[in-house]
Amino acid sequence: MFPAPITNASAKARAGYHIAVWIGLIIWILPIIAVALTSIRSVQDLNAGNYWGWPTETMFVENYRKVFTSSPMLRFLLNSTVITLVSVCGAIALATMAGFALSKYRFPGSTALLALFITGNFVPFQMLMIPVRDLSIHIIPVYDTIWALILFHIAFQTGFCTLFMRNFIAELPDELIEAARVEGVGEFKIFWHVIVPLVRPAMAALFVLVFTFVWNDFFWSLVLVQSDSARPVTAGLQALRETWTTTWHLVSAGSLLAAMPPVIVFFLMQRQFIAGLTFGATKG
Amino acid sequence: MVSNVSTNTFAPSLWKRYQRRLAPPLFVAPALIMFGIFVIWPVLESLWLSLHDWDGIGENRFVGLDNYVELFRDDPVFWTALKNNIYWLVAFLFAPAFGLALALFLNQAGLAMRFVKSLYFMPFVISQVVVGLMFGWFFNAEFGLLNHILTALDLPKIALLEDERFSTFAIIAAGLWPQVAYCMILYLTGLTAINPELIEAARMEGVKGWKLLWHIVLPQLLPATSIAVIVSVVGALRSFDLVSVMTGGGPYDSSTVLAYYMYEQTFGALRIGYGAAIATCLFLLMDVCVVIYLLRSLPSNKR
Repeated sequence: MFPAPITNASAKARAGYHIAVWIGLIIWILPIIAVALTSIRSVQDLNAGNYWGWPTETMFVENYRKVFTSSPMLRFLLNSTVITLVSVCGAIALATMAGFALSKYRFPGSTALLALFITGNFVPFQMLMIPVRDLSIHIIPVYDTIWALILFHIAFQTGFCTLFMRNFIAELPDELIEAARVEGVGEFKIFWHVIVPLVRPAMAALFVLVFTFVWNDFFWSLVLVQSDSARPVTAGLQALRETWTTTWHLVSAGSLLAAMPPVIVFFLMQRQFIAGLTFGATKG
Repeated sequence: MVSNVSTNTFAPSLWKRYQRRLAPPLFVAPALIMFGIFVIWPVLESLWLSLHDWDGIGENRFVGLDNYVELFRDDPVFWTALKNNIYWLVAFLFAPAFGLALALFLNQAGLAMRFVKSLYFMPFVISQVVVGLMFGWFFNAEFGLLNHILTALDLPKIALLEDERFSTFAIIAAGLWPQVAYCMILYLTGLTAINPELIEAARMEGVKGWKLLWHIVLPQLLPATSIAVIVSVVGALRSFDLVSVMTGGGPYDSSTVLAYYMYEQTFGALRIGYGAAIATCLFLLMDVCVVIYLLRSLPSNKR
């Protein structure tokens, strides 16, 4: 192990190390702590200029209730939830099928197709912005509905997910598929009964990862929707901030609400998240 | 009727016989169709639009390379945006180094340490809109924590985000926060995969500290480094959210980047062809970086 395990060091060094780690942590996530504290501050505190000190009174329930009653925050959160869940499931479904085809069959153009999915990931969003917006207004009339975002996210995330799935499925032994074929099992049944159960870990990794990407998307929620009824929480929060310029406590509470879901998903499925994110970090 | 029956018995056997050839295109089709409609086709259309003068409603006039000529010759804001993107790029190349330092600091076993590592990683999971908001307050000219600290130290206050000289760097600082966390997690994973025997053998030989890190550990972390560098380059060129939330490109376009300037020209100035030309430049810049990087990293990976 590198660096040397601290458990081998003297008691003094160990204590010093742990203090350093925790102090470092507090400094590192100070912005998050500050926002959390501000979200329970009272208006009096803010008026008195107490932006960064300890709150003189706790207004947790009051502030959060105010966010929900005086803004469409609940709507935004709901929109984000639906957009994210549908997009993630859609992208994973498409990518599992495509990844299977690209890893376990040989057919002309398969390498070129994979290359297409990979390079598509490196396209800046601005390169897609105008045509995708026009598409959602004129051809597939979904502009300013959550479906505009869902369709785009499914399509874009499919690129990364397909690459991920292809590499995962390629590692599965070919014998499993051959054995099924010898038994006379059809190709679709092989996919459904042999491949899908085996790629569950990859699906879990993609789920958490893509959940975070889609939930945190801001750019497309500016481009493809404009009314509160379809806005996800990122764009909603930015809109609220423009109306609530001086009410830091409410904006803080809103920010925390917007930031929470990916954090919760990350903590619940940490192992899968890191496995997905660092995929490739241990081997070339 | 007769023909119907015959196709019914014929079709399944055809499918049975050729399904190994028919299945792969059918499996790829949904993904390819979606990707084609929303990614591939738009890229081509943007390239085409960049050769036009169009406000989105009126006549769509072909102007050849005029948009590009205007960008390069007559548009100082484009150069500011490009320059700022280069600043982002250079600054973000430090993210892997900081991430490695943080990973080495935290690479210890234990349940508490696992929890600590995930807390250190949290900035990456949080929406950039929220990150921008937090740092916007931190830098706030009147009430920001930064100015509280400066006042406490008897130093003059500064308004980073309102100052043309500093605005870009203040946003980059906010951008580095999640990026360093990302690189840290890449290195933490890389560190769990290095060969412990090699480390032990080197320690037996009396190699330690920096030498051990440089000659034994870092070479084994090469895959993690490759990914950390490439995601940092892409992240730097993609920067949009933070600029939009923290300054809106201001003051006087001093903190704009290509991604944001494109958005502004398209929806603010309604110059769609011009916006497409800016997007194309960003696209080319990204591709040049990615290709250079892939070419450089490929031979070393093969070893």
